[in-house]
Amino acid sequence: MPDGSVPVLEVEGLTTVFRTRSGAVHAVNDVSFDLRAGELLGVVGESGSGKSVTMMSLLGLLPRPPAEVRGGRVSFEGADLLTLGEERLRSVRGGRIGIVFQDPMTSLNPVFTVGFQIMEPLRRHLGMTGAQARNRAAGLLELVGIPDAARRLADFPHQFSGGQRQRVMIAIALACEPKVLIADEPTTALDVTIQAQILELVRDLRRKLGMAIVWITHDLGVIAGIADRVMVMYGGQVVEQAPVRALFADPRHPYTRALLGTVPQLRGRRAGRLRTIEGQPPILRAPPASCPFAPRCAHVTERCRRENPRRRPVAPGHDVACHWSPPGAGDGDG
Amino acid sequence: MLTYTLRRLLTAIPTLIFISLVIFLLLEAAPGDPLADQPLTIPPEVREKMRIALGLGEPVWVRYWKWLVQFVWVEPRVVLDGWLGTGFAAGEARIVSWQFRAPVFDIIWQRIPQTLWVVGMAYLVGVLIAIPIGVYSAVRQYSWFDQIGTFVSMLGFSVPTFFSGVLLIVIFAVNLGWFPSIYDTTLRVTDWDSFVRQVRQMALPIAVLALFNASQISRFMRASMLDNLNQDYVRTARAKGLPERRVVLLHVLRNSLIPVVTVVALGVPTIFGGAIITEQVFKVNGLGQLLITAIYANDLPMVQTLTFIFAILIVLFNLIADILYGLLDPRIRYD
Ligand SMILES: Nc1ncnc2c1ncn2[C@@H]1O[C@H](COP(=O)(O)OP(=O)(O)O)[C@@H](O)[C@H]1O
Ligand SMILES: [Mg+2]
Repeated sequence: MPDGSVPVLEVEGLTTVFRTRSGAVHAVNDVSFDLRAGELLGVVGESGSGKSVTMMSLLGLLPRPPAEVRGGRVSFEGADLLTLGEERLRSVRGGRIGIVFQDPMTSLNPVFTVGFQIMEPLRRHLGMTGAQARNRAAGLLELVGIPDAARRLADFPHQFSGGQRQRVMIAIALACEPKVLIADEPTTALDVTIQAQILELVRDLRRKLGMAIVWITHDLGVIAGIADRVMVMYGGQVVEQAPVRALFADPRHPYTRALLGTVPQLRGRRAGRLRTIEGQPPILRAPPASCPFAPRCAHVTERCRRENPRRRPVAPGHDVACHWSPPGAGDGDG
Repeated sequence: MLTYTLRRLLTAIPTLIFISLVIFLLLEAAPGDPLADQPLTIPPEVREKMRIALGLGEPVWVRYWKWLVQFVWVEPRVVLDGWLGTGFAAGEARIVSWQFRAPVFDIIWQRIPQTLWVVGMAYLVGVLIAIPIGVYSAVRQYSWFDQIGTFVSMLGFSVPTFFSGVLLIVIFAVNLGWFPSIYDTTLRVTDWDSFVRQVRQMALPIAVLALFNASQISRFMRASMLDNLNQDYVRTARAKGLPERRVVLLHVLRNSLIPVVTVVALGVPTIFGGAIITEQVFKVNGLGQLLITAIYANDLPMVQTLTFIFAILIVLFNLIADILYGLLDPRIRYD
């Protein structure tokens, strides 16, 4: 496990607001995290908790307007991505940082061949042309496990299955051997068996290529098998962050505990019926002044409604943003 | 694709024959007498002879058959003869206009250049300005450019051409004197001077029609671009680090053009229909004007033939639109 190694990506105080006709939406509120070389960071939270907007903000991929990145710093390779300027940021996107999106059925351009779409970043970032780009594209397609790769370069996206299209998306994201791969719910739209295959592929590619990965999901079960570290998001904030074992063994935030409760257990005691968390994640019209989880929290106190808890360390590499401590938790209250 | 095209062409034949029959019978059933213009003093027996001379003595199905044969068999050979100097159709009876007492197709050939120059050019100009306007309006949605574009195109297709045409004539021909108000069909382009005069006399009718065409097509282009700009693949293109120009002008535009090209192709037959009103306003004696005068004069062979030509063009361009769709969108397979 690449613990203690240097961070490749450091995010500090990232804050993003959407200014919509019906008012402001505070989608990302003071989010900080880092990603170390070669590690796989899982980002978990219900849909609407700000996972995608966080990643899109740091890559400058949100439409402006309505999005507005209000503050923060994103250090990557010695520069701040938020102030880098459009031109230089573009050379990072797709070059040094690759991205895979949720829906492989719509994420590829239907009118261009898969080969063309894989070669685009090769041409742009690596200056490859002609046969060189074509060979590398075929190599990439083979790397992501598409049989008969060289011939399939001439095929259009609709000639591939959903799982294969996601493999193509991964090939595009990895085309320029990025240092960081951001995968935004890459398996959510896929069947369970295909999902397992994609997970296996990523695990394999990570071993071969050694890039750091941010893996976004709303499914803790997916994370358990592949992540080194997990960051739990709620209401556009990081509510808990821990090495994967610690998170599963000793979850501190009531939200994390609730999420873990919703993961179906295959072994052990039968949980009766599938548990869900009552209520809906909030849409924040103002910067959160109280704990955003308070309305759904089983351990809510007066203080939670007055004061948004700050992240406090509870164990090495483990921090939580909550006023409450589980009974018997061995940490001094912060 | 080739077998598809052939199949479509073959199935078009019965369709067109049916259409020709309907056109023929409808016009036959329409009230009106080709001899109505003749003086009332003509004695009835002479009148009857004139009717027979026009071919009206025969039963309707015989006349239909003759007309159809002349249309599909005689006239194409006449065209061949004209090109190759052969004599395939020598001495065969052609479709003759009652009004002009001359073969219908000869008159149509005379009129086509005016219509193509004015109406066709207006269509081309309209499309060429509509596409960039539509693209830019979509990319800068709700900008002042887009707002003005929305306003102008709303005017463009809600103001009838007989109004905008006359308005332009009053402003630019009568008051400013920059352009002639009447189209001179006899003008032959032989040198620079006559070319300039031709351009000047085409300017106003083309402006009127191009505004009308561009209004519709630019709206369509804009809507198609907006549809595509929100698609996930656009985000992917940006995530690859492609410059915004390439994202918009390659990825988005290529997809957005698919429905627009189809609509533009479907609109081409309307060119040959001429712009009846605009041709009247500017006195361009093109096909639109020919059709109108033929209707007034009860010139049935002319009206039937022109209408049938439009029908053929509509069927043909429907096919062309479908083929283009298949060529532009790899997801469409015809075989
Ligand atoms: N274009 C947008 N306009 C307004 N609000 C948005 C937009 N995109 C996302 N949001 C809001 O931002 C919040 C976080 O969304 P997102 O990051 O997509 O959640 P997820 O964790 O499911 O990825 C949600 O409340 C969502 O409504
Ligand atoms: Mg998301």
